[in-house]
Amino acid sequence: MTTAGDAVARLVREERARVLATLIRVTGSVDLAEDATQDAVVRALETWPRDGVPANPRAWLLVTAKRQAIDHIRREGRRTDKEAAAMEPPVDEAPEEVRDDLLRLVFTCCHPFLSLDAQVALALRTLAGLSTAEVARGLLVPEATMAKRLVRAKQKITGAGIPYRVPAAEELPDRLAGVATTVYLIFNEGYDGRPLLAAEAIRLGRVLAELMPDEPTVLGLLALMLLQESRRAARAGTVLLADQDRSLWDGAAIKEGVELVGVALRRTPDRPDRYVVQAAIAACHALAPSYDETNWDSVVSWYDVLLTVHDTSVVRLNRAAAVAERDGAEAGLALVDAITGLDAYPWWHASRAELLHRLGDKDSARVAFDRAVAAGINAPTAEHLRRRIFD
Amino acid sequence: MTTYLALIYTPEMDWDQSKPAEMSGEYAEFNRAAAAVLRGGNALYPTATATTVRVSGGKGGDVLTTDGPYAETKEALTGYYVLECADLEEAVKTAAQIPAAWNGGVVEVRPIVQFS
Repeated sequence: MTTAGDAVARLVREERARVLATLIRVTGSVDLAEDATQDAVVRALETWPRDGVPANPRAWLLVTAKRQAIDHIRREGRRTDKEAAAMEPPVDEAPEEVRDDLLRLVFTCCHPFLSLDAQVALALRTLAGLSTAEVARGLLVPEATMAKRLVRAKQKITGAGIPYRVPAAEELPDRLAGVATTVYLIFNEGYDGRPLLAAEAIRLGRVLAELMPDEPTVLGLLALMLLQESRRAARAGTVLLADQDRSLWDGAAIKEGVELVGVALRRTPDRPDRYVVQAAIAACHALAPSYDETNWDSVVSWYDVLLTVHDTSVVRLNRAAAVAERDGAEAGLALVDAITGLDAYPWWHASRAELLHRLGDKDSARVAFDRAVAAGINAPTAEHLRRRIFD
Repeated sequence: MTTYLALIYTPEMDWDQSKPAEMSGEYAEFNRAAAAVLRGGNALYPTATATTVRVSGGKGGDVLTTDGPYAETKEALTGYYVLECADLEEAVKTAAQIPAAWNGGVVEVRPIVQFS
């Protein structure tokens, strides 16, 4: 494809979700809106590189998609001509309306009445514009399974009547948590080796931040994803944070992420948001010139804050690792040993192995290392630990 | 508007005990509170009175009956309501008020197909 073709493809991709969102509201059917939007997208990709990009690409796509939808309806005789005609409203949608349509789509795709699996699939399909095959590949599910999952999700939205609306203000915190979970899950699916999913999650994060610029959860989520993604090049093959070549970190992503953390913290009214705090921890690492020069005091303090809103064994384990760096292996090990319920979690055993090794208890370190391997720690980390403990 | 069926699954009730009387008070309260969306509903006799029917070999084939409900678990279908709601969110909000939902049972909500 030519460079002009690439630019068109990017533009179309960016506008696609907004056009789809408006069309779902107008037609009341996810399926019909998807078909019509897809037709419009194909037409744009055929004609724009040849005839030039129209002055208002979104309006062009919307008009074309609406005509396609009306054609679909007439062809299938699903509704009367009168109804189809009523669907042809004036084209120049107000920007707020378009924004609200997209928000409706976000909250409908990430609705708690859908299973988390379905939410993730639907968000990737409709909001990120991935094809069913791409979604299936990204989530490591057979394409037929993914197709069925998407059909079921859309049937539930239409058939069972999941409303296409933005939640009321008092419902927003709960519902936003679900949206954030979905987007972050997509990001995590892409964290190791599937950069396409990570990129789509960040794109969704940017859309959310544009739609809800005052929501700390949204800003924190985007910051967290940017800061984690900034280390992708240095992380190749799961290089531990301590050993990463920091010159490979993406400075622009770090700058944006750190700035977002600042804004999010200023917008945090009382109760800290877990994504903002996690992003603040990531920012501490991003700003440290080297692993040894990390401000472990700050890291531990942020973990203390995180525990007040998101108290899990894994967070406690990460805090213990930071304490080990600040106060020494003995203090860290005492905290690690006090955590219960992580016997099946390989990182718990790996942390014990590392700290026991630092304390010179080689025998116990080996036992812990074996347990980490048995619990299924990833190969590069296992190799790293093995070299430390046995060589 | 969509019509929903709220299927009520609870441990089977022993109608000789005093609890049903006390619970029927809670149901009366629910019926008053949800009157705007209620279109009907009934309590069902215990699953011991149920007969499951299946026809093998296509229409007109052998009628096979089984004594008892279709899928027997600790909880059983003990009643239902018909609700007419704007959307699934309203239906779920209403279902959550059904005493069974907060008395150790569950309520399944499903849209009823409208054949025009």
